[in-house]
Amino acid sequence: MAKVLVVTSGKGGVGKTTSTAALGAALAQSGQNVVVVDFDVGLRNLDLVMGAERRVVFDLINVVQGDARLSQALIRDKRCETLSILPASQTRDKDALTSEGVARVMDELREKFDWVICDSPAGIERGAQLAMYHADMAVIVTNPEVSSVRDSDRIIGLLDSKTKKAEQGEKVDKHLLLTRYDPARAARKEMLSVEDVLEILSIPLLGIVPESEDVLKSSNVGAPVTLAAPTSLPARAYFEAARRLSGEKLEVSVPVEKRGFFDWLFKRDA
Amino acid sequence: MSFLSNIFARRQQSSSVAKDRLQILLAHERGAGEAGESDLIRQLHKEIMEVIARHVAVDQDKVQIKVDRGSGCSMLEIDVEVPQELNGKRGS
Repeated sequence: MAKVLVVTSGKGGVGKTTSTAALGAALAQSGQNVVVVDFDVGLRNLDLVMGAERRVVFDLINVVQGDARLSQALIRDKRCETLSILPASQTRDKDALTSEGVARVMDELREKFDWVICDSPAGIERGAQLAMYHADMAVIVTNPEVSSVRDSDRIIGLLDSKTKKAEQGEKVDKHLLLTRYDPARAARKEMLSVEDVLEILSIPLLGIVPESEDVLKSSNVGAPVTLAAPTSLPARAYFEAARRLSGEKLEVSVPVEKRGFFDWLFKRDA
Repeated sequence: MSFLSNIFARRQQSSSVAKDRLQILLAHERGAGEAGESDLIRQLHKEIMEVIARHVAVDQDKVQIKVDRGSGCSMLEIDVEVPQELNGKRGS
């Protein structure tokens, strides 16, 4: 049974696209069939972060409007063959996405893949609502910072009211992904802690992704961090988050670099 | 040392200030988002104020009503600041 997952946040720049790419790749690396869908029409970036920007021929809107078949628009990742991307359009405006068209494409994707991961645009407007409408599960990407937490709260409200699940009287399965977390600053009480954010938003924690230069390095070269730097702290956090999404019960820990280099070298595969 | 501890003390507060500000703000916004809850809070606020006003003159701004939604249960918190002189009268 395919799962539709929306990666959303309300606020821009918190790491939705990075997290979509990293979680999508991590799930695909475990052998599951994954498609990542860019809903950010007009400001598409998922293709760029995943290094597929020069392979885009058709996009989501072409498929929604019936100008191209789904199979023509899907781009298979070159590094991981169970991973595909459905890019957004860069030029047309987001009114070109119709609810019926999106519903049809989502149904078709559900048949082809185990995971359909929708990268939501920022904001709470139509684009964001279309991205979340068909979701069974949601990953709410939040930075430990007041405006991000506030916007996440708004998005949680929308997930509980403006989705197909909500209309049917069911609940979208919501998970918090705390990104750009700095454990040292949180320990000095300069930054909202994991516990603070969890207490305020009261949804279950999917993972803690530390602030790391590996994330930028990966997007520079057009690869999800789980493919470009699989042993880095953020990649390990994403791998664990992906396992939790697949139903594994794993304790969430604050990611910190192990003391000695050799400790880390020998422990990483354990 | 004292200036160091001053800096430290100030730093210690910034995340808890953030948390407090968010909790107060979100208590209001959550009400505004869902019509049902917002009506409840407004109604509660109005009626509680009416009851209190029968006995004491309380400043509207000195009354805080908030709902914390949790996974298991929600908590309704009503915080009323009562004027000083009244405490004495009640006691006598």
